[in-house]
Amino acid sequence: MAKYILRRVLWMIPTLFVISIISFVIIQLPPGDYLSSYVAQLREQGDQLDAAALESLREQYGLGQPIYVQYWKWVSGIVLRGDFGRSFEWQQPVSSLIWERLGLTVFISLLTILVTWAIAIPVGVYVATHQYSFLDYLMSFISFVGLGTPSFLIALVFLWVMLAVFGINASGMFSSEYISAPWSWAKFQNMMSRIWLPVLILSLDNTASIIRTLRANLLDELNKPYVETARAKGVSETKLTWKYPVRVALNPFFSTIGWTLALLISGETLVAVVLNYQTSGPLLLRSLQSQDMYLAGSFILMLSTLTVVGTLISDILLAWADPRIRLED
Amino acid sequence: MSTGTIERENEASLPDSGELLEGSEQIYVAPQWKLMYWKFRKHRMAMVSLVVLTIFYLIAAFCEFVAPYNPEAFFTRYTLAPPTRIHLFDESGTFRGPFVYGLKQERDPETLRPIFTEDTSLIYPIGLFVRGTPYKLWGVFEADLHLFGIGASQDQAGIFLLGADRLGRDLFSRVVYGARISLSIGLVGVFLSLVIGVVLGGISGYYGGVVDNIIQRVIEFIRSIPAIPLWMALSAALPPNWPVVRVYFGITVILSLIGWTGLARVVRGRFLALREEDFVLAARLVGSSEIRIILLHMVPSFLSYIIATLTLAVPGMILAETSLSFLGLGLRPPAISWGVLLQEAQNLRSVALAPWVMLPAVAVVTSILCFNFLGDGLRDAADPYAR
Repeated sequence: MAKYILRRVLWMIPTLFVISIISFVIIQLPPGDYLSSYVAQLREQGDQLDAAALESLREQYGLGQPIYVQYWKWVSGIVLRGDFGRSFEWQQPVSSLIWERLGLTVFISLLTILVTWAIAIPVGVYVATHQYSFLDYLMSFISFVGLGTPSFLIALVFLWVMLAVFGINASGMFSSEYISAPWSWAKFQNMMSRIWLPVLILSLDNTASIIRTLRANLLDELNKPYVETARAKGVSETKLTWKYPVRVALNPFFSTIGWTLALLISGETLVAVVLNYQTSGPLLLRSLQSQDMYLAGSFILMLSTLTVVGTLISDILLAWADPRIRLED
Repeated sequence: MSTGTIERENEASLPDSGELLEGSEQIYVAPQWKLMYWKFRKHRMAMVSLVVLTIFYLIAAFCEFVAPYNPEAFFTRYTLAPPTRIHLFDESGTFRGPFVYGLKQERDPETLRPIFTEDTSLIYPIGLFVRGTPYKLWGVFEADLHLFGIGASQDQAGIFLLGADRLGRDLFSRVVYGARISLSIGLVGVFLSLVIGVVLGGISGYYGGVVDNIIQRVIEFIRSIPAIPLWMALSAALPPNWPVVRVYFGITVILSLIGWTGLARVVRGRFLALREEDFVLAARLVGSSEIRIILLHMVPSFLSYIIATLTLAVPGMILAETSLSFLGLGLRPPAISWGVLLQEAQNLRSVALAPWVMLPAVAVVTSILCFNFLGDGLRDAADPYAR
């Protein structure tokens, strides 16, 4: 087991390296360098940056030096000092802007996975054991809706219905009095009373497809001889279903949890923009629109890194649950 | 439980035997494509979707003819006019054929919102193939014939099947023009992914070994990073002063650079399976070149899978373009795509005022669903020998 974990962790290093290169390229994409836009912006505001400060910034980011030196300065700043560069739109270090938003994105994504599974597994088992029931048809219908409707459109329609029918403005993560308040138990409660909406919208996509696949897998499994044998020996129907067939039918989902995470973060970005949430999506969009590249690049870097770490954790959990995986080479 | 299983088996086998009775002799001599067609025909939703998509693509191809107005034409009097109601009987109950009333615009004295009421004294019958605003079909042929219209000039009256936007432009015409970009971007993007996917997937599956390992790791890597943030960053980097056509191709290239992985996996899987087949071995033994084996023996036998996978990949592309344009990072006005149109719906206040600005979403959802059903049907038909 330790060997398996070690191999997986080592494998992560080249992946993270490539991610950092992609993020660095994204930072470098717009014409001009960071410093000249910063100076231009300061000049617009009537400010001047004195030569010494300018020179120290040049030195810090390695501007004017070969590209690999710049990359090294950028990446070592992140790894050694947690310095992601500066957001010139916000006039703050990037690191002071991203952590809270990344945390909220991860929180919503994890909550979505939990909700998805809490709904999908029982319902999937039910529709497999009760084929052609009302719920079976209802689930097929919902899964087609989920298949064809992008989650940001669902969010949009939902906002409109809430406003048109109930006169409630459901956008925003907190009620107005909590937006700029520091974190407290009351603020957390306020967030939880609103957060179910994106969680539900995001889980709709995934829930439907998991139910369909679980149903198909489980139907195959339930027709196998070992189930018949167990039934002949008098094992109760509940135990018969849950003990082995469900576990086998669920296996493919555990192994794709990393992709699910990537899809979730993608979807969350869009839904959060529509709902105007204080997560990473809207800030990433804004930073891209204003070409605030250190902020945008840091988001890309951290969102991708989080997905890779999430995949690692799920792989380790999977190996712990299923000995076949950690033993295979 | 067990009865459920028996039912399922019966249901699955019944249409089969029906099909067999119909052409019980033919089934043994039918060529493969015919078997595929028979199998495809059984998938009702796929057949319906094929018809719907054909209509959609015809509309996209002839959008200048289908749209009653120029998508950029302003009707200042009809800013945010709701979808025009089509009547068959006039006030006295006489049948007049399909017609629309003239519109009167008033303002709500309290909220100052425009209110539109029908002016029942003005009747404009709807005609098919009427002459209207001149246009250039595909930018080449000059014409002024439209599929339908009311034959009245723009300042007198208008027909807005899906309402008008906040500049008074006909939303239906805009959706019809948007179909051209939104539907074609899916095809072009998938074609580009196909090229990358087939080349890399083919190399991966045919040669195996280290190359295969590297390509598989790359695919895993691309799939494990969140696509939308990456798409957003890359398309934000497209210079804002590029002309529409170049942005269009820029976006498709960006989409397919990330989107080829699914196709490559399918191609690799088929290559791996076919490599061991007897007919490939036979071809190799008689001394066929590798290119010949791949192109003449292997590709035809998995072409059907490729087509099915391609069809299933199109909706993802359409959706990606819509999402990017919706965020304002993809195509930008004056380009017209469904995503650009949905940008209007981003503001909750304008949605509350004019809910019909969300209607382009119906076009998006319909085409995505149809492609999914069609792909399902094609995938089932791709292997006509499987039960």
